[in-house]
Amino acid sequence: MQPDIFQLRRRQGLLYFGILAALTYGAILLTEYDVVEGITAVPRALAWAVRNFVPDQEAFERLPRILDKLLETVLMSIAAATVASAFGLAVALMGATTTRLHPALSLFARGIASVFRNIDVSAWALILLFSFGQSAYTGYFALFFVTFGFIVRVMIETIDEVSTDSVEALRATGAGYGAIISQSIIPACLPQLISWVLYMIETNIRSATLVGILTGTGIGFLFDLYFKSFNYSSASLVVLVIVVAVLLVEALSNTIRRVVL
Amino acid sequence: MALLEIEALIKRYGSETLALNNITFNVQPGEFVAIIGPSGAGKSTLLRCVNRLITIDGGDVRFDGVSVPALRGAELRRHRTRIGMIFQHYNLVNRLSVIENVLHGRLGYKGTLQGILGLYTEEEKRDAVRIVESLGLGEQLYKRCDQLSGGQKQRVGIARALVQQPKMLLCDEPIASLDPNAAKIIMDTLRDINRSTGITVLVNLHQVDVALRYASRIIGINKGMVVYDGAPGALSHAQIHQIYGSEAGELILELSESYAA
Repeated sequence: MQPDIFQLRRRQGLLYFGILAALTYGAILLTEYDVVEGITAVPRALAWAVRNFVPDQEAFERLPRILDKLLETVLMSIAAATVASAFGLAVALMGATTTRLHPALSLFARGIASVFRNIDVSAWALILLFSFGQSAYTGYFALFFVTFGFIVRVMIETIDEVSTDSVEALRATGAGYGAIISQSIIPACLPQLISWVLYMIETNIRSATLVGILTGTGIGFLFDLYFKSFNYSSASLVVLVIVVAVLLVEALSNTIRRVVL
Repeated sequence: MALLEIEALIKRYGSETLALNNITFNVQPGEFVAIIGPSGAGKSTLLRCVNRLITIDGGDVRFDGVSVPALRGAELRRHRTRIGMIFQHYNLVNRLSVIENVLHGRLGYKGTLQGILGLYTEEEKRDAVRIVESLGLGEQLYKRCDQLSGGQKQRVGIARALVQQPKMLLCDEPIASLDPNAAKIIMDTLRDINRSTGITVLVNLHQVDVALRYASRIIGINKGMVVYDGAPGALSHAQIHQIYGSEAGELILELSESYAA
């Protein structure tokens, strides 16, 4: 006889729910967590947050200094993204199947990119802190390395995807390697490249805050400073300013994307 | 003297697969040769051996007295400039304009720096415009190629091959992605070029009826071997069977009968 599939599903669902409920209850018992207390604490926490985190007069007096640091951080993120992308593109050309000079070199390029990409930006910041100390270089290179690894990876894929056909056509005309890259691959990949660079600028601005907290520079340092000196209203103003900056950059890059794509 | 002499040509993919097995034939200047055969017979591989987009594993290919298999570097590039190539998928840089794509045909004649910067002489530009206009694309000169229809794109591909001032055109399934009307325009164009300029045409085709209508000579290939080489009129049903293998028989016979009628 055919087992009823709907009854089976219902029984499975009940079983999963039962297991989940048992796990939850067990965890509550083990950690001596008071459910009622936990829920009633939420409104109180919100009230405290509103009282302490809403930027006050004192915080707004610090705005020029915050904006100054913000500008520094944004510019550094842009510099890291653009310079790393230029290097990334060069290495991607070595790595892509269409344009590589030698398979071994391609493997090397992909490997390098993988290492740079898979070490997190915070890890890079802490590693580089030893070399460059508490300076803007530390943050710059942390962002640079991660952007570089990412751009190499995505541009290798873009190059192979977008330009294999036209590269074959240009090779058939007898065009040299440099001409094939500048006349076929670059024009074909440029919109994607620009799009990825914009994306990395956005990501870098977000990461820069964290990197700043870790390395004691830029807007992240300012946030850390205010936060640790219990100056919560100023710290929250820093956060607000960062959010506004990220939104503005996103809007700007979306506009640019629409134009180039 | 023959323009193209192919002698005992062998091409392997991997260590096992024999893509071209002992191919031998000559092409005289001004001939319009159609190469027919089933998918995977080695037609594309054969064309790519002629302009050395791929390496040759055995035998000899002589083009205009020059032995092709051992060519390298600048000599290989010079060899390729003398042969134009047209592709099934057009292989244009879609984001560039018609005239820019057509001028790519001149890159084979450029030095490294000129090629990278895309510097073309006034004369080259005038020549390119003249060819584009003669193919009926004068209106589209500055249009981006992604705005063109398939037939127009293929004419851009032909123009790019013609500005090379080649002695021979290699056409790899030039009409396989086109509707019947556009296909007729492309085949008529190739025949006109062949007749008015005397440029030798070597064209891979799927459609037997098209090959019979346009070619002055048919070469049938099956499993990497030449199984027919002769005039279109002398091609019998039995021989078409042999080229395509017996399973495909019925459809092919109908096709060639409708052509004969």
